[in-house]
Amino acid sequence: MSKIHVTTKVNGDEVEYLCEPRETLLDCLRDHLDLTGAKEGCGTGDCGACSVTMDGRLVCSCLVLGAEAQGKEIATIEGMAEDGALHPLQRKFIEHAALQCGICTPGILVAAKSLLEKNPDPTETEMRYWLAGNLCRCTGYDKIIRAVMDAAAEMREAS
Amino acid sequence: MALDGPKQDFKYIGTRPERPDGWDKVTGKARFGADFSMPGMLHGAILRSPHAHAKIIKIDATKALALKGVKAVVTRADFPEGLEGEDWNIQENVMAGEKALYDGHAVAAVAATSQLIARDALKLIEVEYEVLPHVTDVDKAMAEDAPVIREGAADYSVPEGMHPNVVRYMESGRGDLEKGFAEADLVIEESFTTEAAHQGYIEPHACVANLGADGKGDLWCCTQGHWFVRQMCTAVLGLEATQLRVTPSEIGGGFGGKTTVFIDPVALALSRKAGRPVKLVMSRSEVLRATGPTASASMDIKMGMTKEGKITAASGTFRMQGGAFPGAPVDVTTMLAFANYDIEHVHHVGYDVMTNRPKQAAYRAPGAPMGAFATESVLDELCRGLGLDPIETRLKNAVKEGTPATFGPKFPPVGLIETLEEARAHPNYSVKLGPNQGRGVASGYWMNWGGETSASVAIGDDGSVQVSIGTVDIGGSRASMALMAAEAFGIPYENVRVSIADTGSLGINEPTHGSRATFASGLAIIEASREATRKLCQRAADKWGIDADAVTWEDGCAKPSGPNAGEFDPLTIAEIAAEMGSTGGPISGHHESTPDGFGGSFGTHVVDVEVDPETGRTTILRYLVVQDAGKAIHPAYVEGQFQGGAVQGIGWTLNEEYIYGEDGRLQNPIFLDYRVPVASDLPMIDTVIVEVPNPGHPYGVRGVGETGITPPLPAIANAVRDAIGVRMKKLPLTPPRVLAAIKARD
Amino acid sequence: MQYHTPPSFEEASRIAASASGTTRFLAGGTDVLVQLRSDLVTPDDLIDVKHIPGVKEIARQEDGGWRIGVAVAGAEMTEHPDLGRDWPGIVEGMDLIGSTQIQGRATLVGNLCNGSPAADGVPALVAAGASVTVTGPNGARDVAVADIPTGPGKTCLEKGEVISALNIPARGENGGDAYLRFIPRTEMDIAVVGCAVNLRVDGDTITEARVVLGAVAPTIRAVQACADALIGTTLDDAALEALDKAARAACEPIDDKRGTVEFRTDVAGVLARRAAKIAYARAKGEQS
Repeated sequence: MSKIHVTTKVNGDEVEYLCEPRETLLDCLRDHLDLTGAKEGCGTGDCGACSVTMDGRLVCSCLVLGAEAQGKEIATIEGMAEDGALHPLQRKFIEHAALQCGICTPGILVAAKSLLEKNPDPTETEMRYWLAGNLCRCTGYDKIIRAVMDAAAEMREAS
Repeated sequence: MALDGPKQDFKYIGTRPERPDGWDKVTGKARFGADFSMPGMLHGAILRSPHAHAKIIKIDATKALALKGVKAVVTRADFPEGLEGEDWNIQENVMAGEKALYDGHAVAAVAATSQLIARDALKLIEVEYEVLPHVTDVDKAMAEDAPVIREGAADYSVPEGMHPNVVRYMESGRGDLEKGFAEADLVIEESFTTEAAHQGYIEPHACVANLGADGKGDLWCCTQGHWFVRQMCTAVLGLEATQLRVTPSEIGGGFGGKTTVFIDPVALALSRKAGRPVKLVMSRSEVLRATGPTASASMDIKMGMTKEGKITAASGTFRMQGGAFPGAPVDVTTMLAFANYDIEHVHHVGYDVMTNRPKQAAYRAPGAPMGAFATESVLDELCRGLGLDPIETRLKNAVKEGTPATFGPKFPPVGLIETLEEARAHPNYSVKLGPNQGRGVASGYWMNWGGETSASVAIGDDGSVQVSIGTVDIGGSRASMALMAAEAFGIPYENVRVSIADTGSLGINEPTHGSRATFASGLAIIEASREATRKLCQRAADKWGIDADAVTWEDGCAKPSGPNAGEFDPLTIAEIAAEMGSTGGPISGHHESTPDGFGGSFGTHVVDVEVDPETGRTTILRYLVVQDAGKAIHPAYVEGQFQGGAVQGIGWTLNEEYIYGEDGRLQNPIFLDYRVPVASDLPMIDTVIVEVPNPGHPYGVRGVGETGITPPLPAIANAVRDAIGVRMKKLPLTPPRVLAAIKARD
Repeated sequence: MQYHTPPSFEEASRIAASASGTTRFLAGGTDVLVQLRSDLVTPDDLIDVKHIPGVKEIARQEDGGWRIGVAVAGAEMTEHPDLGRDWPGIVEGMDLIGSTQIQGRATLVGNLCNGSPAADGVPALVAAGASVTVTGPNGARDVAVADIPTGPGKTCLEKGEVISALNIPARGENGGDAYLRFIPRTEMDIAVVGCAVNLRVDGDTITEARVVLGAVAPTIRAVQACADALIGTTLDDAALEALDKAARAACEPIDDKRGTVEFRTDVAGVLARRAAKIAYARAKGEQS
């Protein structure tokens, strides 16, 4: 089995890794780049815990091959806080107690950020459907939705 | 234990500060089970039986061992013999012996230099099976012709003549049933079933094990209780308990399912054999096939009521299967089935039954929701039959302080009546319903738990406080612990740091289970803090040259206790701490106990649903949880427990179930078909926190984690009954079942 | 496993034709990677078609029809300003597949090639009369979408053949389509029943109709009797009842973990009625 050399950009930094053809982008982020913020909850694209964006598009990194990341721009939870300051979504998640165990939190934050970039003023229903692929087993989603709504309002006010 | 009465006036308790681990959790830095790694680490993988029941004739790993990168293969032969009781059960469950007992049962494991190589090696292990007849249904497993899972598994309680798959039998009650039913104006008798549900934690089990041939080892794992892990792993592997140090990672959900072990002993065995650290991480399908879902149940309930709404008698028979081992929580089911109510004549019968399914594990209020589904459904039918309001009727029968519980002792102060009154007063209870809509009410109880507990506090040289506890933080409990320490010391919340200690750093702690963490670790922190403040007062007394009894601790300062003690300026914790090296050395406090003053928590839920009459699909329109928290330390996380419990109950009621095929294999081992609720399935979950202080805790705390999953099953079933006019007796209420019921009605 | 990134469909076809083991084409990967991760299918050769020029394009053709590249993700179809105005049913069928994350990757052609009778993307394509261009060792050919699936998990594509484009006909005047599916949750499930309706009206009267059912037979099924029940009517109650009856009669479903025979049959009739109402309103310009 020969390995594939991949050059890609992760959170703005150019990185390189060698991967097996069968390894997923999630495997490569976690095992080759030590970015363990994205989690594997299912490996089948059903839970969203591995959410990242690739060229700005929200994807499950468990359903992307490491080799496919060649020449792409990947954004993960590790790149969300900038210059030591939390993103409004991150702040609001803490403020609203929108996480209990926190395993789904990185994926949900990445997904919610992607929503607000596309739609700064989503309805509760739009939010719930956008996040339907991000399973949370602890919270019943209530406080997550409230945190996203509050962050969206704050971001709209700031812009 | 002698405790002061619950404190009433608080400075920090009841506020909603940011959780101490918030930053780590929202930035991806928090390290969960699969996020650990070690130099020289190998990766493990487990081969699992594709058969529900099969004799293992031969395992040949020659080809696997020949694969480049494979360093070790273990089978049951690598585990010690001669274990007994639950130790044997756990060993048998983590690695099959003579027989594979369920689809997914581990039969061998590999350690290799990469995860892909380990997985490839599994395909090269040749296992010869002799397939045996199987049974996965509880009623069928009790039938005369059912295949026997294991001869001799039954304990002394099982009467003669029962099938060997019945492994425990219990009977309890009081009064005279016949007399009670004769007093009733309406008696209803119905049978119900619930399917097994999985805890569905998003984080699969994961661990890194490092065990040497010298019998000394370290284990990092995601668990609710690392002392439990230590006990189980060392028993299963024949090690001395304290030679294995277990360090818990952050935990990605557990709900009871991570109070036992599945992969940890296997990783340790691989590590011992390979002489290198081994990481083992389960896939989602392994989690669903081979960890511990809850039991499934088959139940017969009979209840009688007068036309005024007084329950005159109640009886229930509960048959539960918990997989291929004893342990279905039928004791709890029988104990709590009628526990909400003051019933003079009551009787319970319970059966613990083995089937060819994975060994059940605890799941949030284990055993309670099934019984509540059956009994609260019958209660609803009684109310309907007699034209009574469901909340008024519950109020008429509700237990309160002093009521003899259906399971024996008299209740201490409890809050069922208060939850019913709050539910009745809530606007949700009077929203007008439209066509195809229905409203359901149900109450539920969890008795909570104390458990072995050990905690320490230590004063830093700047007067900040380090708290070490042994209950892992599964839902934000570090915030509650820090609040209680802040309250006890009278210092700002931010000046407290809470750490979860490993098994080498504290005495034994039971897991974060039984809704005990905030109650028991909280109590230990408060007591440890009081010990530390006594020492701080002593240092102040020494400095002032007065008696320690003449010093009190207030608002983070030592103060003379009155004018007779003398005139001294208060000494702050920081001032005392700065000098502690020269005034007697470090100051810390410690507390160990098995507190038994855990007060139970009652809850009442009100739910509105709409059922599509053409497809049978149920939509939750609004949902209200009212529950007694005793004292809510951090109300936001109390609400979170209410909401999470309710939504897990919604999932169990509507769509979650273990589906076994004719071949005994699990048909839905991925999240695509094991359907937990998604965000778009739900409305906001409204909450009301009731506070009836628990006299057994210095601040009045009751555990709140588990009660919330108990009322949803019957509340939703009652709402669906209200909407469609048909009583659904089988969970989950899948659209095909509901549509069939609607068609049968018409 | 060998990972290939051919620059053309001809090259992709050549690699597939000369491969000796299991071959899979990779576009969105939302089926292929699931099979790979669960060790169900580990291809010897995995051929990523996303490096072929044009595969990410949605292009209106001269005749008013559409040509959709094989790697166009669901989200790209939903976001397209005009495609959904012409064929809302096709776009909503695709949009129902999986989560937002899946929509960022999954493709219509992948959904078709997976061969599932429950594929949400396919019924509306069949109802629209869409076709695909197939590139193979002997050149290219056009095949009706309806003819691609031959059974659960099976297609008529031969060794070395790869779908190189999806062709959707011109919408034309006074037409409307719709797709509905039934799932137990609101998202994230496989269709228990699916139904697409595509029709054209003249005034209030339906002049053309196609009704296609999913998940009620071994393949996606176009039901002429359902179309006949609609054509010539104004979608009055009698027409809806006849449609319901014809849809139910066309069902040959299975009992499985997702639904029973009885349930699928009943719900096929329900969805046919509901989808027909939406398509009719769209054809009349009363609903988008």
